[in-house]
Amino acid sequence: MDKIELGEFIKTLDSGFEIKEGKQFTEVTVPPSKLHSLASQLRENKETLFDFLVSVTGVDYGPDLGLIYHLRSTKYGHTVVIKSRTPDRENPQFDSVSDIWEAADLHEREAFDLLGIRFSNHPDLRRLFLNSSWGFPLRKDYVDDDIITW
Amino acid sequence: MEEKLKDITTDEQKEYLINIGPQHPSTHGVMRLVVSLKGEIVKNVEPHIGYIHRGIEKMCESLTYAQIIHLTDRMDYLAAHINNEAVCLAVEKALEIDIPDRIKVIRTIMSELTRLQSHQLFWASYGMDLGGQTCFFYGLRDREMILDIFEETTGGRMIVSYNCPGGVMYDLHPNFQKSVKEFLKHFRKVLPEYDDILTGNVIFHGRTKGIGPLSLEDAVNYGITGPSGRASGFSCDVRKHEPYSAYDRVKFNEVMYNAGDSFHRYLARVEEMRESMNIIDQLIDNIPEGPYAVKMKPVIKLPEGEYWQRVETPRGELGVFIISDGNKTPYRFRFRTPNFANLSVLNHLAKGFKIADLIAIFGSLDFVIPDIDR
Repeated sequence: MDKIELGEFIKTLDSGFEIKEGKQFTEVTVPPSKLHSLASQLRENKETLFDFLVSVTGVDYGPDLGLIYHLRSTKYGHTVVIKSRTPDRENPQFDSVSDIWEAADLHEREAFDLLGIRFSNHPDLRRLFLNSSWGFPLRKDYVDDDIITW
Repeated sequence: MEEKLKDITTDEQKEYLINIGPQHPSTHGVMRLVVSLKGEIVKNVEPHIGYIHRGIEKMCESLTYAQIIHLTDRMDYLAAHINNEAVCLAVEKALEIDIPDRIKVIRTIMSELTRLQSHQLFWASYGMDLGGQTCFFYGLRDREMILDIFEETTGGRMIVSYNCPGGVMYDLHPNFQKSVKEFLKHFRKVLPEYDDILTGNVIFHGRTKGIGPLSLEDAVNYGITGPSGRASGFSCDVRKHEPYSAYDRVKFNEVMYNAGDSFHRYLARVEEMRESMNIIDQLIDNIPEGPYAVKMKPVIKLPEGEYWQRVETPRGELGVFIISDGNKTPYRFRFRTPNFANLSVLNHLAKGFKIADLIAIFGSLDFVIPDIDR
């Protein structure tokens, strides 16, 4: 399916999505509560068959924290981008998709380590690179006196 | 006392924990594997990473695009040129710049030379991991010729930093074509030696055949790309599926197997060396004339938006994801590195095999640790 067909098809799956036709890929914005169900539908549905989770990117948008998922289908070769964000900076919670794609395990641990985003139902959510006393360096309000700026 | 000793040594119910690394020759870098053993059988492998985490994604947020390129060399240092190229392609895509043919061809030849030297080092170190000391000398001997070619043109041997947005830093050295042809002639002659010493070796077969098999479903599910994924039949070569630079004008085969064990992951890389030589053959006599770089503004600002670019490194798919807010530095810079994704499958592959097989499996996935840690 091309970008437009893909967007039209995802519209039929459930309501409450915001679908935008990006420069490269179809971009779907979903609330955190619907993230997991949309992901598993896209994975299982025979028309879309997104079986390859390419990347999970955590982003600090300012007040909001967000996640960007790049999914690809190895059968059809099409790609979709799923975005989700939450205004809760103290305890940002998303549903883990590691039960759908094994690849999500490490990517989600990385997002937790560097941005402090928590994933419910993740099998092993521990810090990945840094130790537990460290802050979350990829957040925009992270301060560290040792950072050299120029 | 005796009771205690008996408890430790003969209790078959208990699992035994050992640490491989952080400093261990077979981890090829600074990485710790916590292995649970029952006798000699691996029950669980837990990789501990981050020993050389430098926060490259964080650093990128305060650097300009031309500066970021030099950081990417330090991720997968065996594929420095290809990492550079990924960032350049993403920036050029965002600015919608047309790249002249000469640059495309130069980049493609350099990428394939990079792939060759990376696979040579894989061959060398994998042989050594499994007890073939000669491999290391053979591999490094031939790799030296490629590094000399790099040094002649770029000034760097491993960390080349040859790409810049809009082209390459300098023109090719006048000797470039001659040296590349000399290397190809030499390497075609010695590649059968590689097969004699390792590919056809009975001991090597015993150590790798049937060890750590990965099915196609699992390869896709875990996101295993590159030669490791293709050994399981996962068609994931970016050069074929989404050709960049000059890959759309060359003929080559995507090396694929179905067995997916350590031996076939090894074989995929050896065969890729032959394909890389074929690609260079097709291009080396046809480097078009023209400028080696497009004139760019001194300060590059990407238009607001999101840009995704993927390239094929010797270890799999490298994705570069840029979120720009229109400034000269990116808002968020994300690297989807192949080694990081490939690491997730290690536990799945090693479970149930012996501890010596863990080294064979780990080696066959060809990890470069700075690429995992970033």
